[in-house]
Amino acid sequence: MIRVLLPLPIVLPLLGAGLAVALGRHQRLQRLLSVLTLTVCAVVAARLLHLADTAGPAVVQLGGWAAPAGISLVADRLSSLLLLVSALVLLAVLLYAIGQGAADGRRTTVAVFHPCYLVLAAGIAMAFLTGDLFNLFVAFEVMLVASYVLITLDGGQEQVRAGMTYVVVSLLASALFVTAVGLVYAATGTVNMADAAGRLAELPDGVRLMLGLMLLVVFGVKAAIFPLFSWLPDSYPTAPSPVTAVFAGLLTKVGVYAIIRTQTLLFPGDSVTASILLVLAVLTMVVGILGALVQDDLKRLLSFTIVGHIGYMLLGLGLYSVAGLAGAILYTVHHIVVQTTLFLVAGLIERREGTSSLARTGGLQHVAPVLTVLYLLPALSLAGIPPFSGFLAKLGLIQAGTADGGALALLAVAAAIVTSLLTLYAMARVWSTVFWGRVAPVVPDADLTDALEVGTARTPRLMLGATAFAVAGGLSITVVAGPLYALSGRAAADLMEPATYVRAVLVPAPGALSR
Amino acid sequence: MSGNLTLALTVGALYAAGTYLLLQRTLTRVVLGLGLLGHGANLLLLQAGGSAGGVPFVGAPAGASGVADPLPQAMVLTAIVITFGVSAFLLALAYRSWVLTGEDDVQDDVEDRRVTRRQRTEDAPVVRPEDEL
Repeated sequence: MIRVLLPLPIVLPLLGAGLAVALGRHQRLQRLLSVLTLTVCAVVAARLLHLADTAGPAVVQLGGWAAPAGISLVADRLSSLLLLVSALVLLAVLLYAIGQGAADGRRTTVAVFHPCYLVLAAGIAMAFLTGDLFNLFVAFEVMLVASYVLITLDGGQEQVRAGMTYVVVSLLASALFVTAVGLVYAATGTVNMADAAGRLAELPDGVRLMLGLMLLVVFGVKAAIFPLFSWLPDSYPTAPSPVTAVFAGLLTKVGVYAIIRTQTLLFPGDSVTASILLVLAVLTMVVGILGALVQDDLKRLLSFTIVGHIGYMLLGLGLYSVAGLAGAILYTVHHIVVQTTLFLVAGLIERREGTSSLARTGGLQHVAPVLTVLYLLPALSLAGIPPFSGFLAKLGLIQAGTADGGALALLAVAAAIVTSLLTLYAMARVWSTVFWGRVAPVVPDADLTDALEVGTARTPRLMLGATAFAVAGGLSITVVAGPLYALSGRAAADLMEPATYVRAVLVPAPGALSR
Repeated sequence: MSGNLTLALTVGALYAAGTYLLLQRTLTRVVLGLGLLGHGANLLLLQAGGSAGGVPFVGAPAGASGVADPLPQAMVLTAIVITFGVSAFLLALAYRSWVLTGEDDVQDDVEDRRVTRRQRTEDAPVVRPEDEL
């Protein structure tokens, strides 16, 4: 059964995308198709997670070619957990986008939106599931090509400018990725990650370090870590808010996942890389959050907090212990949900006020109490206030850091605490300017990215419902924190012991077809 | 693995030219630069398979130097198709930018513009409103 189940999260959205193009004129059918596809994907992902947790990594060799030559799909605990979370987030944002599209009724862009969105979902699923370095490149490209179209969906001057930055930076990273894959192949003669893990260990230290750092740079661009993040706050805020929300939640996390996967599987226990990661974690956290403090635009402010909080995940990886990785995994899950939610709320605010400028909004708590609550909960969670999920994830990371006890680890812990406080300050600044104070007169921007009914009290119920669903998702992380942290711990233990992964990929299970 | 020096030098030249063009301000040159960089990367991936050899068909007799490694060739084909599609999109985007702004330059960064404006107001503390207009 696994041979059917495992490729489904990739194949289904691709099929759905094709059908959605064909259904371009029938918007109701198109919407139904997208929702149905992603719902099935979420169910499949949940089943995969259960299988991976109880029976070890599930492996399928595509096309019947045995592992080192063919492409392997692997669902272990980490990849299936992230797959499940991403499927749920994609679903919530899709509902939000449908609510917005139905309210605004712009036919052309909406018809393109659904196919691209499904291709994006397929790319993300493929990046999580693949066990092959070159296939990972293809997955990134599938995901990025869909994102190029989505980010320039409106085709206005601002979108084209931002899209150009985004596309050029991504393409440069892709060229580097191909280079890195070529060099790995030249050095080891394989691109299958499980196979390469063994062969890379036999290489001279210098060559290994060079390959490891090259892959770190490639994924660092996608994940927006310190010196390579400047494209993110510049390009994300111009896209329509559902698109920004899903990019903010998922695209950077796919980069983080790729860093975690390659560093733990291909280059395990390299002390130089670990120190570099910790230094980068400190710089990413501090520089990102300082950038957020001075922004006037809500979406730009939130974009900078993405950068700052990527640092936490690097911190967990840089510690290179089970506790650190468990914290990083829990943090990734928390951040995917909460950051997406905040961007959805920002979209609702912009829709209502006609602007996302902090200076020109105010007193929203008097006129939109529901929106106020929807903002407050994820904002407190992002800042790490107990008992929200952000607090639990940060606590796990900080405990892992102090348990490590090294000078760099302690410095990173200090930076993490400072960043957390500064995040609270940034969130409180939004709170006092947007929600407190006098009700500001509505002055819409000249270039609205989301066509809207500015200043009306009506928000489409579906948009509000989808946002509430996302907020509830963030809260439920707290409720299931015990089992979730235990699962993250088991996933982290898997990462620290790559032998199980390697064996599952290279040695076919008894009864499985080898050709 | 033995390499081919001509190909290696070509890869180097393509990377150098691509990087140079990428640093230009004109969008067309940036697009061309990315194209060259992509070609360089693809050629490097092809090189990774080692020297040329016989056709890697099942049942075909192997030459004296053995068969060529088919895997990098398959990967390069995929990479070429991806580069092609993305370049087309990038060209369309550059064209759109030209239609909208009437120039072929990379537009200024929003933040840069803001910083420059702030710098200007700090340098000249006495600013009469009519100067702003």
